[in-house]
Amino acid sequence: MQTASAPALKAEARNFNFFYGDVQALKNINMPIHDKKVTALIGPSGCGKSTYLRSFNRMHDLYPGNRYEGEIRFYPDNTNLLAPGVDPIEVRMRVGMVFQKPNPFPKSVFENVAYGLRVRGEKNRRALDDKVEAALKGAAIWDEVKDRLQDLATNLSGGQQQRLCIARALATDPELLLFDEPTSALDPIATGAIEELVHELKQRVTILIVTHNMQQAARVSDYTAYMYLGEMIEFGKTDDIFIKPQDKRTEDYITGRMG
Amino acid sequence: MSESVHVSRQFDEDLGVLRTHVLEMGGLVEAQVSAAIEAYASGEIITVKDIVEGDHRVNKFEKVIDDETIHVVARRQPTASDLRLVMGVNKIVTDLERIGDEAKKIAKGARRVHEQGMLNVPRATDVRHVAEEAVAMLRQALDSFARLDVALADAVIHADAKVDAEFKAIVRQLITYMMEDPRTISTAIDIVWIGRSIERIGDHAKNIAEHVIYIAEGRDIRHTGKEA
Repeated sequence: MQTASAPALKAEARNFNFFYGDVQALKNINMPIHDKKVTALIGPSGCGKSTYLRSFNRMHDLYPGNRYEGEIRFYPDNTNLLAPGVDPIEVRMRVGMVFQKPNPFPKSVFENVAYGLRVRGEKNRRALDDKVEAALKGAAIWDEVKDRLQDLATNLSGGQQQRLCIARALATDPELLLFDEPTSALDPIATGAIEELVHELKQRVTILIVTHNMQQAARVSDYTAYMYLGEMIEFGKTDDIFIKPQDKRTEDYITGRMG
Repeated sequence: MSESVHVSRQFDEDLGVLRTHVLEMGGLVEAQVSAAIEAYASGEIITVKDIVEGDHRVNKFEKVIDDETIHVVARRQPTASDLRLVMGVNKIVTDLERIGDEAKKIAKGARRVHEQGMLNVPRATDVRHVAEEAVAMLRQALDSFARLDVALADAVIHADAKVDAEFKAIVRQLITYMMEDPRTISTAIDIVWIGRSIERIGDHAKNIAEHVIYIAEGRDIRHTGKEA
């Protein structure tokens, strides 16, 4: 664990376990999420990285039988995101999520971004306009959609739709953004635009990203965690993980070897 | 290096070819150096022409291996031990090419020394002795690469100080000869250059050993003062 000389923490998993019914999907995860840094989660399919990611905004609450154990501490207020008294809707305001496939609502560009603000009770037209514009600018898509805010969002290109989804997530001013393989459905140019955006976003928001593309993890992240069979095998600075990993299982995975 | 194989067998083959070519190039360079020393020691300067031509093969090897490394980087995006291997090979090849250049210089120097017909400057045996040590360093450095043997690489690094010291001793003795008999100056300077090339071969062998340690363990021990 490299916590010495590391920046402040945004979140921290402590003895975190997760169960789908009787099946334990995550086993005793302890891991820091550094503030305003990009942390990548890598590992083979089924290793639990998406399960882990989704725990941060209580996505698993939507299905019965799922169970959290342990804590995910959220800073600076030191809230345990998993505590029964914590409202998942409130968690999702602070922890935004962008999915693998762009999933805009079948509404206008404007309404997609305004949605979270309306849920939050924002009714002032002027405030909505300003915040939607700021979010679209933050997601580096404003110039492309400013003249078509009332167009159907589903008419945008895949890369634009994904950036729109990022704008939608940004609109509520989240502190942590979760990306679940955000570019797996995009071409290399659109992928490059999203990666550039991730780099800009970390000026103001902490990012946790799941990716199957290891080179993407190497390009965008400051820290990388390697997960395998529900365990966190190794966590460290991305440079260290990709040049000199400590655990042979990490080495085998990132060099593409069979264990 | 991981013992397990890549999911992509082609990747294993690419890296295997890279390693084999480095060892082949190393073997050629070692032969070049040995031949150059032999030409100097024996006076059979007829081989100098072959050595000069052999250096073209060394240079060709460098270009081939450089091309292979850039292809592996472009197509495979190697990481961790694979990345260190590819980057290490890239540097080892540069050192090998320079050793090849030194062999050529030694051969040409031997030709000048013997064409002057002037071997009343002793110390030829000293030169041969230090040369054998430098060649041994090179051979061991290549062995340490083949087996990723860190202990052997360490031994090579330590051996370099001895080669350096022997080179200095040769220079001191040659200075004495030059002062005693200025007619020896021309030949003595040629021998100093030969000694200097041998000393450089030791340095390059040490560099190779340092690259081997980086490849094997990810430790960069260059310029740390811990190497000697």
